[in-house]
Amino acid sequence: MTIISNVTCPVCGSLCDDIELHVENNEIVKVRNACGMGESKFLNYNGHRLRKPLVRKNGELVETTTKEAVRKSAEILADAAYPILYGWSSTSCEAIRVGLELAEEIGGVIDNTSTVCHGPSVLSIQDVGYSTCTLGQVRHRADLVVYWGSNPWSAHPRHIERYTTFTQGRFQESTWYRYLAHLSAYRSRRRLLRALKLSSLRKAPLHSEVEHGLPPTLFRKERKMIVVDVRRTRTADIADYFLKVEPNKDYEVLEALRTLIRDEEIDVDKVAGVPVETLEELADIMMSCKFGVIFFGLGLTMSAGKLRNIDTAISLVRDLNRYTKFIIMPMRGHFNVTGANVVYTWQTGYPYAVDFSRGYPRYNPGETSVVDILARGESDASLIVASDPVAHFPRAAAENLVKKPLIVIDPEHTATSLMADVVFPSAFVGLEAEGTAYRMDHVPLPLKKVVEPPSDCLSDVDILQRILDGVKEIRREKAEVA
Amino acid sequence: MKVTLLTGRTLRQGQGKEQGKLSEQYWKSVTVCEMDPDDMKLLGISENENIKIATENGSVVLRAVKSIRAPHRGAVFVPYGPWVSLIMNSKTHGTGMPSFKGVTAEVDRAPTEPVLSLPELLKQHFKKE
Repeated sequence: MTIISNVTCPVCGSLCDDIELHVENNEIVKVRNACGMGESKFLNYNGHRLRKPLVRKNGELVETTTKEAVRKSAEILADAAYPILYGWSSTSCEAIRVGLELAEEIGGVIDNTSTVCHGPSVLSIQDVGYSTCTLGQVRHRADLVVYWGSNPWSAHPRHIERYTTFTQGRFQESTWYRYLAHLSAYRSRRRLLRALKLSSLRKAPLHSEVEHGLPPTLFRKERKMIVVDVRRTRTADIADYFLKVEPNKDYEVLEALRTLIRDEEIDVDKVAGVPVETLEELADIMMSCKFGVIFFGLGLTMSAGKLRNIDTAISLVRDLNRYTKFIIMPMRGHFNVTGANVVYTWQTGYPYAVDFSRGYPRYNPGETSVVDILARGESDASLIVASDPVAHFPRAAAENLVKKPLIVIDPEHTATSLMADVVFPSAFVGLEAEGTAYRMDHVPLPLKKVVEPPSDCLSDVDILQRILDGVKEIRREKAEVA
Repeated sequence: MKVTLLTGRTLRQGQGKEQGKLSEQYWKSVTVCEMDPDDMKLLGISENENIKIATENGSVVLRAVKSIRAPHRGAVFVPYGPWVSLIMNSKTHGTGMPSFKGVTAEVDRAPTEPVLSLPELLKQHFKKE
């Protein structure tokens, strides 16, 4: 048995790089340090995987050879007038680079999953800029951590433990013990209440613990955490304070906080269901911290206002920087979605939704973004790499995606691969293939190869390169004939 | 009953998707609709009973479960997945981003309708030309 340490986990944007894997006979038998999602991937990745290339014949997906699948894909892409190349956030930067070359060669639109994730954040950052830092800085120095519209306990399970309040920083203590004390106090209270209910004191006020104002822990100097969300998430349970806002009203709360920070009056009693006094206290806490950070999630980008929510969040941080040090960072979902934005930008100048149909890169989200193109029914073929748009795009977009020739490169069967015309089984990047990925704070980390892939599973880079060569050959032949 | 539909990630959905989109765990994790217990009482829905959730773009059958994140009267939560995506609107208002959160929807009992498996769902809703 071999033990491989310092493995980077290819699941979420936190990109934890301290995973230890025990490998026996080309199989991962034990995982240490990973979260529930990471462990689930390391131990079960082989369960529903694809092992042979597939091609659709008479309405059914049948096994074929890699050569045949490459030929068919190259034909589809070379013949297409306005193809879509989508996915890219769960593969390596090296594969994305080949994908961009392919998009330019066939004059297609290349887009990554940030288009339905943090696309609005990218648009806002382009509009107003943002002050940010690496997660190491947050770990060692941040004394106020705000998670706004994001639920790291479920989506980035080790984010809190590795980078924010539960980590022991050089200048900031972990609040783990405080949380444990809080938890045991909560349990005793529950026990007491249950005893009261069963005893003769039935009329005792069971819910007397109505909270007035902000909890005292928020006013201490040490590290503290605030969660702002529309429902009490698991992350909210471990925060010092949970601020509940009404759905689709984050914009109002952000603007109210900006108003209060500028020392202006608000004429109403409540904003989005939050009393103005609470917001005043919150604004004070934000202004009086030493190093604050706002991590925002899809609660801001996916609800009403979209990029305008991010605009105000960034502007709030800019206002706060007049008083103290404050930074803001999007909670990126897939492990290399940041890498996709980075590689796109250095190759084409734009981070996502890049249209090569005129021979040069063009970028206009809303027009050149994949969901819009599909909803309008403009594309005539698609190549999907390591993504599942049939499962995650709105109905009309997914319907139009399925209607046209569809090529999928994915290690596993997904809703998209089940509807595809050509399916390539690929090696899992970070498990069976090497590569580079970018963490959510734009730090590049190497992904390791820890086991060998099945014989017919090539790496994404290899498959894309073969398709690209195939397309070039077809175009050369066509040019010669002409 | 009119509700605000929120979608998002859950840890179980994350674990399920890593086991495979055709796995039992994935199906179990994304075909649920977390509702406020008081709302369920109002509609006469019991735990794990099938419900139909509809928007202007269509409807889908899911299982209702009591939300441990309650109270959130009038709001329901469904994890991301092919089931809930079916009832989302493709309009992006020029941003490239559809609205997946804070969507107006209608929830009703559907005791006789089944929750479809992924292949059945695809077969029923998507046609390959």
